[in-house]
Amino acid sequence: MIVAGCDVGSLTAKAVIMEERKILACEIILAGTKPAVSAQEVMDKTLQKAGLSMDKIAWCVGTGYGRKQIPFANGEESEIVCHGRGAVWAAPSVRTIVDIGGQDAKAIKVDARGNVIRYIYNDKCASGTGRFLEIMADALGIALDDLGKLARNATDPVTLSNQCVVFAETEIISLVNEGRNVADIIAGLHRALANRAAAMVGSIVAEEEVAMTGGVAKNAGMFRALETALGVPIRRIEHPQLNGAVGAALLARDAATARF
Amino acid sequence: MITAGCDVGSLTSKAIIMNNNRIVAQEIIRSRIKPAESALAVMECALQQVGMTLQDIDFCVGTGYGRDRIPFVQETVSEITCHAMGARWLLPTVKTVIDIGGQDCKAMRIDKDGKIVKFITNDKCASGTGRFLEVMARIIGVTLDDLGGLSARAKAPITMANACTVWAQADIIQHLNDGVAAEDIGAGINNAMASRMAVLANNIGLERDLCMTGGVAKNAGVVIALEKLLGMTIKRIKKVDPQLVGAVGAALIAGDKCERRATS
Repeated sequence: MIVAGCDVGSLTAKAVIMEERKILACEIILAGTKPAVSAQEVMDKTLQKAGLSMDKIAWCVGTGYGRKQIPFANGEESEIVCHGRGAVWAAPSVRTIVDIGGQDAKAIKVDARGNVIRYIYNDKCASGTGRFLEIMADALGIALDDLGKLARNATDPVTLSNQCVVFAETEIISLVNEGRNVADIIAGLHRALANRAAAMVGSIVAEEEVAMTGGVAKNAGMFRALETALGVPIRRIEHPQLNGAVGAALLARDAATARF
Repeated sequence: MITAGCDVGSLTSKAIIMNNNRIVAQEIIRSRIKPAESALAVMECALQQVGMTLQDIDFCVGTGYGRDRIPFVQETVSEITCHAMGARWLLPTVKTVIDIGGQDCKAMRIDKDGKIVKFITNDKCASGTGRFLEVMARIIGVTLDDLGGLSARAKAPITMANACTVWAQADIIQHLNDGVAAEDIGAGINNAMASRMAVLANNIGLERDLCMTGGVAKNAGVVIALEKLLGMTIKRIKKVDPQLVGAVGAALIAGDKCERRATS
């Protein structure tokens, strides 16, 4: 049985096609302004990779910020549930998931089957979300994907005195003007974001092992900063940005199994 | 007795010169990068108005975000104290002051002597501070001075879904793309600003009379929206620009200090 998961986020859209417990194809694209269009585009690309057509998909679950507008989904599920399910599938020992998305951040506690026990969610304040790094990278004139690599050269990370994205942006511009090393500034940004995430993790009384999902997890500097902030090693999972879509595909399999 | 107050804020710097507690010169300039330069520049402008030099000032008090970098002051005092003193002097019946700065927002309750009874401040989040309005005005392409007037002409003000300045920017761009009239967007921005301020003001427990200080007090849209939210008239400060209240308070405190120095 072939199933699919489609995760339409604010910045990227992701799709995964699975057969039994194996990923047949997956794809990540930049999301446009219309969730329905992004969903269709990413699913078409994934189907093409797998050499399949939509009618071969027994069930598809949509998730993410744009999940209500995915035209081909048979059902929808919250990102929290999908991330929980996806992470435990990828690494069965995981009990806590830190997901930093483009416009939100979540800390999720799950049981051995990936069911959500407790979670905390921030989408009210841009600080603490992926947007924080995006805006800062922009202010520094650096590509978002290069932050992790550049942070490796840090020797004396800066401590930001502002948490608010708007104020922190002004602060880092003055740090640049003062001649502070850019690597130290970036490492300071990672540390600031990691501390915000760690505060969320603390509030749900997290248990080991901890996994990090979402696009921000691909940033090695951020990954290390979160390990430091939490004081525990973080379990690496293979496709952190696809985790929500993987979870959606697993839920699609459950739904299809129950139905047919 | 010639006294002065110098208020170096994040966005603007202000100076007041008083002769026996009567304002003889006042100036507002855009702050430069270095607070010391801003302070010297604004005080120089004020001194020029009355043909004086720094040597003619008997006592000068500094306040504001950059107060510790002002080279010519005898003492520094917090903005909260200065705003309370200034507001009380300008409007003797005032018991509650809301001050919006370029990077913060404060609400304070004062007694009949201008002493602080209770205060609350937000400098952690740009939303609800002058910076929020500054960012929003830039996006819709109006000056800060023109933003206030948009509310009066609005027909159907938008409701802003997000308090965060970053998310609100995205909301505004969406409204602009949808072709919503600038007046309706501007009014929505002013209303959002007022609702953030109301949370702070209600937190300290309002007492009549109420006044507003800082540049945002000149934004009629915000002031009227806040009056509606609080269910209370906001007394207008007419003797000086509301932006100067902190510097007025600093100059008055300088007067007290100067007298005390003379008698001791």
